[in-house]
Amino acid sequence: MSIIIKNINKSFNQVIAVNDVSFEVKKGELFGLIGPDGAGKTTIFRILTTLLFADKGFAKVAGFDVIKDYKKIRSNVGYMPGRFSLYQDLTVEENLTFFATIFGTTIEENYDLIKDIYIQIEPFKNRRAGKLSGGMKQKLALSCALIHKPKVLFLDEPTTGVDPVSRKEFWEMLKRLQQKGITILVSTPYMDEAALCDRIALIQNGKILQIDDPKEIVKHFPTTIYDIKANNIYKLLLALKEYKHSYSVYPFGEFVHYTDKRDAFDTKELFQFLKDKGLNNIIIQPTETTIEDTFMELAK
Amino acid sequence: MIETNVIQVENLTKKFGDFIAVNAITFEVKRGEIFGFLGANGAGKTTAMKMLIGISSPTSGNAKVADFDVFTNSEDIKKNIGYMSQKFALYDDLTVKENITFFGGIYGLSRKKIEEKRQLLVEELGLQNIVNELVGSLPLGWKQKIAFSVALLHEPKIVFLDEPTGGVDPITRRQFWEMIYKASNNGTTVFVTTHYMDEAEYCDRVSIMVEGKIEALDTPKKLKEKFKVNSMNDVFLKLARNIE
Repeated sequence: MSIIIKNINKSFNQVIAVNDVSFEVKKGELFGLIGPDGAGKTTIFRILTTLLFADKGFAKVAGFDVIKDYKKIRSNVGYMPGRFSLYQDLTVEENLTFFATIFGTTIEENYDLIKDIYIQIEPFKNRRAGKLSGGMKQKLALSCALIHKPKVLFLDEPTTGVDPVSRKEFWEMLKRLQQKGITILVSTPYMDEAALCDRIALIQNGKILQIDDPKEIVKHFPTTIYDIKANNIYKLLLALKEYKHSYSVYPFGEFVHYTDKRDAFDTKELFQFLKDKGLNNIIIQPTETTIEDTFMELAK
Repeated sequence: MIETNVIQVENLTKKFGDFIAVNAITFEVKRGEIFGFLGANGAGKTTAMKMLIGISSPTSGNAKVADFDVFTNSEDIKKNIGYMSQKFALYDDLTVKENITFFGGIYGLSRKKIEEKRQLLVEELGLQNIVNELVGSLPLGWKQKIAFSVALLHEPKIVFLDEPTGGVDPITRRQFWEMIYKASNNGTTVFVTTHYMDEAEYCDRVSIMVEGKIEALDTPKKLKEKFKVNSMNDVFLKLARNIE
């Protein structure tokens, strides 16, 4: 196991940030912590990277205890925090050299590992980090987190606020790093990125809701979801919430995702109900459960 | 009903030195429409939005927002629009109540009106227990829902939302969109940017900016047909960098 975390608790004043969290990440695995702002993701990262003590519980990273062997952990992991934390007044190259030096290595020694990523920002190597675009900052931060060839890589919300194209490219980079044998723990609020992980933990309000591989996790959803559409989505939402058998009603892309309290139900009856509410062009059809549906059901 | 345009933009351009951040964009937004303003990071969305809300002067072109000209009447624009972003919405060091009073005052509402609005807002959002809490202590989702309501306090014709749901949990994100639907149903025009492509599907029409230009503008349905794909995510990927 690359990461073992057992019954970890952490509170700040009265707020419980991490509530009895346990999970394990295998060597070479790409493991996702999936949850919104305030779920406790960053606190877990800070405990695992030895920047914060847990109140209770125990954790090991790359075989080392986070308290006793904290120095060994620091030389064996790479950490990319959620907030850009490189030196804004140093250039791209200076930042990278700096991180290589404090870890006792050189850019040349591990160039292979970062080549893929660094090559995209190398044309700007004399630019100050503060003057880079969001996407370039992200690539530099990842290069700096990798320059000492860590065994485990921690990425805290690397794609938040990043557009879909850059997000896609970033995940392709992660997949390539994984193939080089690096264990990766990554957090994200984007549920679509969960599908790209080997296994995921859904987390909210400091508690793990479920751990499984992305394909399996949707099987925890208890019932069939229906895609429903009509000429006016707002009126459709109101009507569905009013329907006496409705269990959950959520806008979901071009459709509304609807589940019914009954195990089996006749969609014709619902169709008629919506029609009587003055809605037109009604479509009701069963659909596949997504990770986001599962998350919402578990988080309820 | 006569369809009236509340935003009318023609060849709007903004240059910073030699760099053309916004390159002659033209579009209009109708009353009550939910208009999605999409684009990759650095495509020029924020610059364009700053011109529309009257805080950045265009280099050339024309634009009218709520019937006011962005060159000559930018102060009137500010009074007639609401604005919230992910980065700035409410003051963390003020309570919910104080924020409402403060923004009500900024928008020039009377004390009586502010009091009325506050009661309504507290009731609608179920804020009874947190109205005297500091905003900084609230979960992000709550903040954003309150911020949206505050942006609507002075009943603006248009509300501009800059990535309002970034990082917000999936349930609250949907409650947020139900608030958007409601506002639009009441005739408020909603101009919104987002990186969640499922939210692009919620919009009546969507524009996609690529390198300063609007490369596509239509209903989500027509955009998907045009690019022969099943989701707005794929439309975005095809357009924004011609991937695949």
